[in-house]
Amino acid sequence: MDKILVGLKRVVDYNVRVRVKSDGSGVETDGVKMSINPFDEIALEEALRIKERGEANEVIVVSIGTSESQQQLRTGLAMGADRAILIVSDEAIDALSRARALLEIVNRENPGLVLLGKQAIDDDNSQTGQMLAGLWSRPQATFASKIELNGDVARVTREVDVGIEIIDVDLPAVVTVDLRMNEPRYVKLPDIMKAKKKPLDEIPIGELGLEPSPAITEHLFEPPAERQRGIIVDDVAGLVAALKDKGLV
Amino acid sequence: MAKVLVIAEHDGQILNPSTAKCVACATEIDAADIDVAVFADSAAGVAAKAAQLKSISRVLTVENDANKDAQSAVIAPQVAALADGYSHIFGPSTTFGKDLMPRVAALLGVNQISDIMSVEGTHTFKRPIYAGNVVLTVEAPADQTVVATVRAASYSAVDEGNNAPIEAAECDVDLPSHSRFVELQAGSSDRPDLQTAAKVVSGGRALASAENFDLIYKLADKLGAGVGATRAAVDAGYVPNEMQVGQTGKIIAPELYVAIGISGAIQHLTGIKDAGTIVAINKDEEAPIFEVADIGLVGDLFNVVPELTDALD
Repeated sequence: MDKILVGLKRVVDYNVRVRVKSDGSGVETDGVKMSINPFDEIALEEALRIKERGEANEVIVVSIGTSESQQQLRTGLAMGADRAILIVSDEAIDALSRARALLEIVNRENPGLVLLGKQAIDDDNSQTGQMLAGLWSRPQATFASKIELNGDVARVTREVDVGIEIIDVDLPAVVTVDLRMNEPRYVKLPDIMKAKKKPLDEIPIGELGLEPSPAITEHLFEPPAERQRGIIVDDVAGLVAALKDKGLV
Repeated sequence: MAKVLVIAEHDGQILNPSTAKCVACATEIDAADIDVAVFADSAAGVAAKAAQLKSISRVLTVENDANKDAQSAVIAPQVAALADGYSHIFGPSTTFGKDLMPRVAALLGVNQISDIMSVEGTHTFKRPIYAGNVVLTVEAPADQTVVATVRAASYSAVDEGNNAPIEAAECDVDLPSHSRFVELQAGSSDRPDLQTAAKVVSGGRALASAENFDLIYKLADKLGAGVGATRAAVDAGYVPNEMQVGQTGKIIAPELYVAIGISGAIQHLTGIKDAGTIVAINKDEEAPIFEVADIGLVGDLFNVVPELTDALD
């Protein structure tokens, strides 16, 4: 295939313990480390490996967000993507609008494969890939742990609740990737320098002519009910007694 | 009045318990009239089971050979065709529902709400974000169909004992052939299903090998428990992926959860927050799992677990 399009979302880093703002309007992001959504990083790694095997010519990374998302796109370029597109929006973007924006880019670039993470670790929605595939009327293979390309067909291994499902999808298709697909490469310093020269196009979201979307209103962010620390027993006998006490054995 | 369509999850033979949990969520909506839709090649068996679920008005069956393998690209346009007249369309937040429902929402031109954990109003819901570290109250537009997935661990299945009418529904839409099922490699186990088991025993990286996981299985069998694992244990190849509990694996709510050799990463804890009693066995007394455990035992699992298994005779 010619092109693979990979979505990269800027999210609060995996290792940060998020805190809710005191007024419940969101989570604290001031001074918090931001990274590429880990699942998206795996998607990009897979795209790069497909290209390195000679099965694709170009890997394009795309992000939707404020100009700060340039950082994550530059990281993607340093990993090896050929060019980047940033759909600039200063407002928060709902999942349906994200999918519609990606569809616009898909229609411009005609990729043979769109690779996305199976979910973003901030909103935990797991929606964008499926929505894009639906709007595009193309196949979706979600929660993928393996992709084998065979001409115009991709054989995708999916991690589902009961085990492993294998499906064939005609290309172009949307594949969303799970954790065990690969281990993303580390970025080397010379690659970071090289990435600065790679093209990064910015497109204001208003220029895409998206339909207005009925967004879901986010009312209140709260910390969850915390579990309390319980008792420590000294030995197995104590554990069995405590379990019997609760009627669990 | 609210009219809710619940999309049944099944494997062609057996109705998945997640369906009865979606119905339970739907009953929290004021004055909801609830239908269950079964998409299958042959729906009779599953529909008969669904008809027993309390609180539902009807079971709708949509039979088509193409529905056999529940590919979302095939099912979604049929759900969208059936959506007319419904105020809400619910599916479970299992891999089946998470795959299907966003595609349905996109076809209907609406956003989707993932992982409903409580109903606050006909269009207002609570859901977990950031691996369950934040609870967000969301409100869907009042004039549009609410398409959502229901976090199964937040709900108990509705009882059986109903005898709802079963009606065949027609969905006259073109179905794509671009997505084809090849095979399913399901783990075969006589143990209780991880997602519905009343008791679950889980092992972490500290088990150190697939062979050592026998310790977990033996204890689980003594307790009549399902078996789970951390991401680290799955990544290390000790157990298959379907056993992973946590943010990116299964979210479960057993009465008893026994965490063995599990340090308690946030991403794992989010999968067990709704467990009744959490027991932790770990040799590191500083392990974060003890912050949430109801009963903790500090000790070497390789000594403690066999001793515990014997003590339960």
